[in-house]
Amino acid sequence: MKLLDSTDSGNNSSIERTQYPYVTGTSVIGIKYKDGILMAADMGASYGSTLRYKSVERVKPVGKHSLIGASGEISDFQEILRSLDELILYDNMWDDGNSLGPKEVHNYLTRMMYNRRNKFDPLWNSLVLGGVKNGQKYLGMVSMIGVHFEDNHVATGFGNHLARPILRDEWHENLTFEDGVKLLEKCMRVLLYRDRSAVNKLQIAKITEEGVTVSQPYSLKTFWNFNAFQNPTAGAEGSW
Amino acid sequence: MFRNQYDTDVTTWSPAGRLFQVEYAMEAVKQGSAAIGLRSKSHVVLACVNKANSELSSHQKKIFKADDHIGVAIAGLTADGRVLSRYMRSECINYSYSYESPLPVGRLVVQLADKAQVCTQRSWKRPYGVGLLVAGLDESGAHLYYNCPSGNYFEYQAFAIGSRSQAAKTYLERRFENFMGSSRDDLLKDALFAIRETLQGERLTSSICTVAVVGVGEAFHILDQGTVQALIEAFEIAGEEAPASEPTAADQPASEPGVAADQGAPAEHDAAPMDI
Repeated sequence: MKLLDSTDSGNNSSIERTQYPYVTGTSVIGIKYKDGILMAADMGASYGSTLRYKSVERVKPVGKHSLIGASGEISDFQEILRSLDELILYDNMWDDGNSLGPKEVHNYLTRMMYNRRNKFDPLWNSLVLGGVKNGQKYLGMVSMIGVHFEDNHVATGFGNHLARPILRDEWHENLTFEDGVKLLEKCMRVLLYRDRSAVNKLQIAKITEEGVTVSQPYSLKTFWNFNAFQNPTAGAEGSW
Repeated sequence: MFRNQYDTDVTTWSPAGRLFQVEYAMEAVKQGSAAIGLRSKSHVVLACVNKANSELSSHQKKIFKADDHIGVAIAGLTADGRVLSRYMRSECINYSYSYESPLPVGRLVVQLADKAQVCTQRSWKRPYGVGLLVAGLDESGAHLYYNCPSGNYFEYQAFAIGSRSQAAKTYLERRFENFMGSSRDDLLKDALFAIRETLQGERLTSSICTVAVVGVGEAFHILDQGTVQALIEAFEIAGEEAPASEPTAADQPASEPGVAADQGAPAEHDAAPMDI
């Protein structure tokens, strides 16, 4: 069963070097909670330093049992979604009661990312893959060079630096849904304050044995009235 | 079955709608030495009769491990069986590599069946002359399948193929309803008894049979001769029974020690028809 690959365009004899990402999404955070997985990402896609697109869905369901969240080049993410769609389609065509679970999808993605990296033509994404199958929760990450691992909480990009320390302290087994969302919002708020490519419009997705729910987009409340920010030019001489 | 003008190649239908070459391939399976399989909810056992051509040679290998969770027993052209088990191993390991998960048995079986079907529809190929009993475990439980040279496959609670398999099938038919709830040891016992049925009076020892098992928490593996011999003795299966013309002797169920009563005639080496 040969799956079509985006690099299968015949002429690959010219050496492909590392691409540059053009339209990029920022952090994704995922955590395991009591009933499954929670994943949060904002809806922004930047064009360099411009916050160009503000309604991009960066967390999507995959098959019956998984969720994928991506940061990095959005067009590569769309390509990945297409590949996964094909994968799930063939899986369903067997029509035999077996289905690919999150672990299988994660591994498939790892192979895909690593193979592209080896050709010096990476898919410029960091992916978070989470899901539940037969009561087993699964949460993993794959980077653009094929580094992959599983954990109870994962994050991409800036999330690694800003969100994971919070999660290390405050994550615990058997978080309720409300606590999980609160924890994710806490992390997303920090990212909103400190990551320049974050936008204040996010979605939180949940996956349990029953299925997937992706929330409607909403915004976080922020507070800017710290004294230090009031009258910022108060003590400054000159015109700048 | 007799020769006729429609049996020269596999791409010729007979007026009655039969593909004779395919049917001849299934005959090859019936000529091979017996292989049986049976399964419970959590285990699958494969067993086969392994007769060496002469005392000087080794036995034909008839049971192959395809992966930790799948094994296969063959009957018929063992060379074809060897090639197909290499294919199975390849498919299993490729799937594991891509998905870090064991290949569901049902899918492997369909792939095998599709491969066999191709050979029934090409003028430059011939059907595989081997029947496969595929035993495996996956998320949905323990499975036993039979793959035919025709490209058909069926799932079974218990089955026997090869020469004199009817005797084993009769034995299994009487007892299969209990298999789902059987323990691992009960399955092994039934497997050995079924094998004995195909021997028609010959003494069952571990040197002429091979047994393999796969189960929940137990990777597919072939039991070593010592273990099998111990099982034969423990279940007192060795059995005797006078000449083959006593089907009633087979009626004595497992639990009676009386079965081991007269350890009479030793194996008659020339009794077997051409075992491949």
